[in-house]
Amino acid sequence: MIPAVLAQVGGTRAAPLQLPEVEYSAMAPALILIGGALILLVWVSVVRRRPPWLWAAFSLVTGAAAMGASLWLWFDVRDDGPRRAVADALVVDGFSVFFFVLVSATVILAALLGEGYLRREGFGGPEFYVLMLLSASGAMFMAAANDLIVVFLGLEILSIALYVLAGFHGRRLESREAAMKYFVLGAFSSALFLYGVALVYGATGSTNLVSIAQYLAGNVALENGVLLAGMALLLVGLGFKVAVVPFHTWTPDVYQGAPSPVTGFMASASKVAGFAALLRVFFSTFSTLRLDWQPVVWGLAVVTLLVGSVLAVVQTDIKRMLAYSSINHAGYVLIGLQAGTANGISGALFYLLAYTFMVLGSFAVITVVGRRGDAHHSLDTYRGLAARRPTLAFAFTVFLLAQAGVPFTTGFLAKFYVVSAAVEEGSYALALIGMLAAVVAAFFYLRVTVLMYMTPASAEEVTEGAPPAQPRLRLPATTGVAVAVAVAFTLAFGLLPSPMIRFARQATLLM
Amino acid sequence: MGVGSDFPILSTIVAVPVLAAVVVALLPRSRPDLIRNVGLAASLAVGVLTVVLAIDFEAGVPGYQFVSEHRWIEDFGISWILGVDGISLFLVVLSGVLFPIALYGPKVHKDLKSYVAWMLVLEAGCIGSFLSLDLFLFFLFFEITLVPMYFIIGGWGYENRVYASVKFFLYTLFGSAFMLVGMLALVYLSAKGRAPVTFDIRELADRGAVAGNTARWIFLAFVAAFAVKVPLFPVHTWLPDAHTEAPTAGSVILAGVLLKLGTYGIVRFGLTLFPQAAVDLAPLLLTLAVIGIIYGALVATVQKDLKRLVAYSSVAHLGFIVLGTFAFTNQGLSGSVLQMVNHGLSTGALFLLVGMIYERRHTRQIAELNGLQKSMPLLAAVFTVVMLSSIGLPGLNGFVGEFLILIGTFVTHRWWAVVATVGVILAALYLLWAYQRVFHGTPTGDNVGLPDMTRREKTVMAPLVVLIVFLGVYPKPVLDRIDPSVDRLIDHVESRTDYRQPPVAADLGRNVRAAERGIAAQRAAREAEGHQDAGEDHGGAGEGGGEGEHGRVDE
Repeated sequence: MIPAVLAQVGGTRAAPLQLPEVEYSAMAPALILIGGALILLVWVSVVRRRPPWLWAAFSLVTGAAAMGASLWLWFDVRDDGPRRAVADALVVDGFSVFFFVLVSATVILAALLGEGYLRREGFGGPEFYVLMLLSASGAMFMAAANDLIVVFLGLEILSIALYVLAGFHGRRLESREAAMKYFVLGAFSSALFLYGVALVYGATGSTNLVSIAQYLAGNVALENGVLLAGMALLLVGLGFKVAVVPFHTWTPDVYQGAPSPVTGFMASASKVAGFAALLRVFFSTFSTLRLDWQPVVWGLAVVTLLVGSVLAVVQTDIKRMLAYSSINHAGYVLIGLQAGTANGISGALFYLLAYTFMVLGSFAVITVVGRRGDAHHSLDTYRGLAARRPTLAFAFTVFLLAQAGVPFTTGFLAKFYVVSAAVEEGSYALALIGMLAAVVAAFFYLRVTVLMYMTPASAEEVTEGAPPAQPRLRLPATTGVAVAVAVAFTLAFGLLPSPMIRFARQATLLM
Repeated sequence: MGVGSDFPILSTIVAVPVLAAVVVALLPRSRPDLIRNVGLAASLAVGVLTVVLAIDFEAGVPGYQFVSEHRWIEDFGISWILGVDGISLFLVVLSGVLFPIALYGPKVHKDLKSYVAWMLVLEAGCIGSFLSLDLFLFFLFFEITLVPMYFIIGGWGYENRVYASVKFFLYTLFGSAFMLVGMLALVYLSAKGRAPVTFDIRELADRGAVAGNTARWIFLAFVAAFAVKVPLFPVHTWLPDAHTEAPTAGSVILAGVLLKLGTYGIVRFGLTLFPQAAVDLAPLLLTLAVIGIIYGALVATVQKDLKRLVAYSSVAHLGFIVLGTFAFTNQGLSGSVLQMVNHGLSTGALFLLVGMIYERRHTRQIAELNGLQKSMPLLAAVFTVVMLSSIGLPGLNGFVGEFLILIGTFVTHRWWAVVATVGVILAALYLLWAYQRVFHGTPTGDNVGLPDMTRREKTVMAPLVVLIVFLGVYPKPVLDRIDPSVDRLIDHVESRTDYRQPPVAADLGRNVRAAERGIAAQRAAREAEGHQDAGEDHGGAGEGGGEGEHGRVDE
């Protein structure tokens, strides 16, 4: 334990500094990502001439290596069981390795997206990849954290890189605005989170998740106001990251302003990491306080589901629409948490898995349709897309319908999984609200398919002085690969979901 | 027959259209003939398979046949279970017949490739729903039908198509939301404590673990989904829009097959899984059904648009089906199952005919049409037959179904039956009046000199007219297959509840069952002679059970 180590250091001045043993293998995926980022930074300053695809290729290799290390850890955990590392600061269990795998996949897909985008927008350097890799390593630390301080460190590593990424397209005013908003509100929520950590420490005497759980199991606080306040602040801080209503207000603006691949990465990695911490802290650490947080999560889930789906209906910008849709999705993950059972948690994990591919696929399409300047995101841009790019329109339809929860896609099974966990625990009302919110949500997903398939691209002919026929969309090969992978994942595991369900289930059981 | 006992015929029937849809999607857009032929060949193959299924189907066996069972998502207790019994058999055949007709008949004016692919996906979804014996699997098929239908209405429909398609999608999804939660509640409540989680409806019906008030709520959740689909009175408003705006083939399938998912769902899941709740809430549903019959008929009468008129007539006809279902008598339920098929044939045919008129006149306004009989005598003749079937004229299929429904309902719920009978008269009113305005008189303006039916149109209508007449004159082979399963369902309801059929209905039912036991014994004895003789014996006994012909003699 870190406090113990520090006390030891302070107490025995003469003795050599006692460092905890560092099990590098436990952090291997995160270290690979950090190493890759550092190599990129050095490389760009040393070597002058290099082909333009190099950075993307290297990031892909890094992501793949991280994925390989994660899978190796998965089998390791499965055979030898969970273990704690680095003086109990980290835990390597099924749960954290699940997120290692998921974040690695995000990195790979986002790197594929970034390549085409950066080239189109004329950004040569590796900054995008460096920041993305670092941010992803933060996400992994959050998932593996066994200490609130480490959660905070991961959160900051993740967020600071994301603040910069959001403002990455400096020529676009919206991008800078998004970065600023995200930074100010993000810093605010980090502060709340930190204060929550402090209060929990004050109430329980530890920041270590296991120690807190043990303390709470062994002691009943008659006056637990401080503890509850700390727990609430943790919920606010993490709720901000995962865009839970009412801490969601930054989401539409930032999603809209940030460069499209960054939005995709933000919507997946950042939300996934936030939920990793949220699920672990509330499900396993505060499990004894379940009766206190369950009603709160219930309420948050309801407002998140309803606000997300209803406000998405009135959006006219596809990225804002998907921002509200991602809020709506957060509500479903909360349904899983609210159930408070192993089934609920594995449902939440499966949801995040399905969601990651759907949302990254969607933003891949949006990146392409946004065209040069990343500015064409009004819903009208999608008019008649099916006639111009049938395959792209079909892929987007798959992502949208999957998000709406149409059968034979992972999106349907994800909703089914969390809702069944809720029903199993008797939360019928919440389950019903979730499904009804899905009906509202289906409306705005359908609206896009209506535009793509059923509306001719005749806006130009009607309005005078508009630009002539829409220019042909360029679909870079790398983006095409990302879209294809996401479609294949969404459909294949929608049809035969057993491997992924088992993955999520084992991850929960090995917690 | 030619099909071996271990040939997975049901899975094949579901898989063929899906594979064909994939093939069509991969074909080049520039080969419309090839695309059409592939689609047609696949749907014809399915049609042939369903007919083979109907012939191979053992009449007199009440349980599920041709069951194929595979594990699918084991963690949730979900399996791929397909099976067919007398209740679903003819709905499968109906789909098998209507889809090739819908694909071949109406002309498609744009993007044939996507159209054919969506139709094939739709066919797989519809047939899959009828065959599923796993609640989860049924829900998947039930929901997936929305997507192709949505694209067909929205992509190939008329002026207001987008509004209609979105409305259709959202209404149905709204109902399904309740059903999904109800379904999960049922599954988990049945699994509490002792048994593993399963979605197998045979197992769930056996367990019958959910009781009283809970069962009523879950039943209502299921009914919410099916009522939208049927559609029952307060939630029917999507139907006129969807039918009117859909392309002809879309309307044919929508009316012919998709609406049956609702009535079939009520029979298969509502009655089987929640017998007590269904009996308790029968008055509510009977009332809604009667309101639908009268309301649908009245509104149909005042329609100006011929297609909308046919659409509202569906509301009335589907009301009859629900009425017969909740009468809880052998005759009523048999009539309902038969009427599902009849309505699919006659309304499907009506939509095809309205589509033909639209092709020629580019209007469906009744006021703008007149005297069509002069220029198109054949079309008028076919229209007459189909219309009379829809009205329920004796000798055509509609009569058999409606008569059974009314007699079955009269025994248990007299006044509902009395009011519903008015609906039969109203059906004559709105259809004959519409016929008079459209076909009679001297043609004026654009109505002069229209070409009569083409060969393609004749080809399409011929099987429908043949079936309409055949089922009206000789429904026995169909009823022979329907009745045992219906009896079993009514027995199931009686064994789980205090409800008993009134002696009249029960006596009739018992006769039928006694006859069947006799046949089973005979069949065992006369294995070599095949089931033809036995079938006839059975039929003779079965007719004593107050079915169509018997009833007519009484009159």
